[in-house]
Amino acid sequence: MATRLKPVDAVTIGVGLTGSMAGLELTGAGLTVVGLERGAPRDTVPDFQSPSIHDELRFSIRKAMMQDNVKVAVTFRNTSDQTALPIRRWESFLPGQGLGGSFVHWNGQSFRAQVADFIYRTHHLERYGQKFLDACGPDLTIQDWGVTYDELEPHYDRFEYLIGVSGTAGNIKGKILPGGNPFEAPRSRDYPNPAQKEPYFGAIFRKGAESLGYHPYTQPSSNLSRPYTNPLGIKMEACVFCGFCERYACEHYAKGSPQTTILPILLKNPKYELRTGCEVLRINLDSTGKKATGVTYVDAAGREFEQPAELVLICAFPLNNVRTLLLSKIGKPYDPKTGEGVVGRNYSYQTTGGTIVFMDESININPFMASGASGTMIDDFSGDNFDHKDLGFIGGAYVGTIMTNGRPIEFHPTPPGTPRWGLEWKKAVARHYNHTIVITQLGTSQSCRANYLDLDPTYKDAWGRPLLRMTFDFPDNDIRMAQYISDKGEAIARAMGGKTIVRVATKRPYTTTVYQSTHNAGGAVMGTDPKTSVVNRYLQCWDVPNVFSLGGAAFPQNITYNYSLTIGALTYWALEAIKNKYLKSPGPLA
Amino acid sequence: MPKVFAAAQLDCKNDLTSGAKSYDPLTFRVTFKFMNTRAEKPQRNSMAKVSRRDAIKTLGAAALTTGLPLAGVAAQEHATAPPARTPSGGSGAAPGAAAGSPPTTYLFFNSEEAAFIEAAVARLIPADEQWGGAIEAGVPNYIDKQLGGAWGAGERLYRSGPWQPGTPSQGYQLPFTPAELFKKAIGAINKEFAASGTPFAKMSPDQQDGYLRKLEAGGKDLDGVPSEVFFAHLWGSTLEGFFADPVYGGNRDMISWRMIGFPGAYASYYDLVDQHGIKIDRAPMSLAQDAHGHVHPNPNVPADLPPNNQ
Repeated sequence: MATRLKPVDAVTIGVGLTGSMAGLELTGAGLTVVGLERGAPRDTVPDFQSPSIHDELRFSIRKAMMQDNVKVAVTFRNTSDQTALPIRRWESFLPGQGLGGSFVHWNGQSFRAQVADFIYRTHHLERYGQKFLDACGPDLTIQDWGVTYDELEPHYDRFEYLIGVSGTAGNIKGKILPGGNPFEAPRSRDYPNPAQKEPYFGAIFRKGAESLGYHPYTQPSSNLSRPYTNPLGIKMEACVFCGFCERYACEHYAKGSPQTTILPILLKNPKYELRTGCEVLRINLDSTGKKATGVTYVDAAGREFEQPAELVLICAFPLNNVRTLLLSKIGKPYDPKTGEGVVGRNYSYQTTGGTIVFMDESININPFMASGASGTMIDDFSGDNFDHKDLGFIGGAYVGTIMTNGRPIEFHPTPPGTPRWGLEWKKAVARHYNHTIVITQLGTSQSCRANYLDLDPTYKDAWGRPLLRMTFDFPDNDIRMAQYISDKGEAIARAMGGKTIVRVATKRPYTTTVYQSTHNAGGAVMGTDPKTSVVNRYLQCWDVPNVFSLGGAAFPQNITYNYSLTIGALTYWALEAIKNKYLKSPGPLA
Repeated sequence: MPKVFAAAQLDCKNDLTSGAKSYDPLTFRVTFKFMNTRAEKPQRNSMAKVSRRDAIKTLGAAALTTGLPLAGVAAQEHATAPPARTPSGGSGAAPGAAAGSPPTTYLFFNSEEAAFIEAAVARLIPADEQWGGAIEAGVPNYIDKQLGGAWGAGERLYRSGPWQPGTPSQGYQLPFTPAELFKKAIGAINKEFAASGTPFAKMSPDQQDGYLRKLEAGGKDLDGVPSEVFFAHLWGSTLEGFFADPVYGGNRDMISWRMIGFPGAYASYYDLVDQHGIKIDRAPMSLAQDAHGHVHPNPNVPADLPPNNQ
């Protein structure tokens, strides 16, 4: 029997990036807020300290910071005629768990999306026409976001200053600036901090890309280039390129995370209460089904509680936002057969690839001297920055050397023809470890009719609830895109002086056994039509207006870039609407 | 060249600790304390750009001239002269372990299983004329401790049924924990060889390689474990034991890190990252090494560190 607790104004399901932002903004507006986090409380001191944080086995291989998949896993199949089976070990994507969420173990790669990304269908129809889109894939379900870049720009700006992004502006108010990314969407002002130093692999890539006429730039990073005090008065430090960034927490206060940019202020606010170790079972609805009354959760000791709240914000990892909606019966579940329903629809991912460039032995790359986002890259083939007219696909990818580490269990490249083990393998590892560059391509993922999320009919979590079921494979459009971009990466690899070049582009089927990206997107997408979106343009549930679903689940399809910065901007956008519109007159905002 | 000097200072501090007798944390700490109190040596400045082999020689020289214990030098010398492998007598001691390092005390494997593991990992990552292999690195000890602990018991493995074979894209779908999987597979292998009269460990290296390739190719059932699945686990664990931090009981003397030039748990490259192409001959650093709070030894990092970090 659940113990009924004292009502509060708002509750967040999850206290990662979006949950921390919501807590801060809503307590700032005078609300009482409870943050329910399923993982443990943790902070830079004492939890993230060196040397123990520099443990490749524990964090990279055993995935100590990730969602406890013994309790809650995800089931997976490529197509709906297969039987989904549990992903028994995380490999392909790594949802975080614990205070700060995935925004603790992220790499700090901090891109804005482009203008065309937010009007995706409209833009492509205008530039290429319906016939072209149909040829790319008749089943693509791409759509506009319902919010424009111009509307989000102030929120991107605010978020960049919150976490101290380090970069070189390429476009301030339409003026293209030297040294930056000429393809950048116009920004209202410069980055809060200058770009990070460029490691050797980046300099080699820059030279190669320039020789081919491309436009290399230093990627924007939330691993700071210098000490910084954010607008909340929280002090951050400079990144020291330790080479233990993604899958790790930062020991130096140098990576933008809730712990380094929000929580020190939020946790002191008497209107805020953090409860960790609390698994939310469901959002409770009243008898009409159109109003949430709060949430029911189980604490770490197994006790069940009902937390009444006027406002419920789902702030979990995107996959868990979708699962929470499905378990709470909010919104109509998507049915791929009819194409009707919305929850779980338009699940998208990220289409990746790369090129391994084996260099001469005289060139010491020192891959272990890197931050999580000290790469050099080009946007010449991102999004719709190049003419697709004769290409038969939409979308694109950035190409760059974004080496983040030289941790040897994960990184020990050998050229083709090397035996997979034994003496020759070992000699090849010793020969190539410090003389190999990896070019990464990371690109768009189009949503399509066959890819979706729903509840698994068979497998359960530790509380007896159905696991989320993922049905996904790369659409042909994205395979064509990845192969096309891979050609470009290969050409750059040659221009970099690579002695042996290995091309790795996405192929079908999508497999869960190889790490690709933790940018799982969609499933509770935003939009202006309740028939094709779960939330409106303010991330408010169409069906239950006092529930908001924040984060990457709102993306109608995935953009070229790592999505954290866009999640931050969207979250500010939604929270502003809650503060300025919803609280004054609770009800549907659109 | 102040920056190179700064690097060299770090080299010195870490080079010396790499000469520790073993990575038993206690021993290590004692060694480290001792090393840390050393006066500056002229070898310091020469460390930044010399080759790794020269660095080893330099380290030996430093130890000799200061009367340091020579165990560290002995450990280093295995890099150039791998010890002879001796067949396992089933005693539980790892054959061919680096001289001066303690024999493996098996907690998980029985003697027959240990004999197979030792013989197999010796072929997967053999010693060569310059660098020791999986045996010298203590990989069997690493695997033994992992399988005997939480990982072996299924840590971070979703273990609810029903169990059914999936597609390759769905990943591991067997009901076995890693501990169960190794026990079953090695048991089946040893049974097979017992019938033939010659255990795997007594076969010639070529025969052993051939058998491992057969396991890798798959299609062989090892008491319910497909051989390719077992091989993937064996190889994955061997890689981990070779490359993971020595605190986990493998990578003894940081042999693999020295082989490839990975500096280990060292925390800062702020001053070196834009010295493109610099050769880093710093001896690597283990997690166990820094028990004194010396996390940010480079004063040139523009970081105003909070008191707890200093």
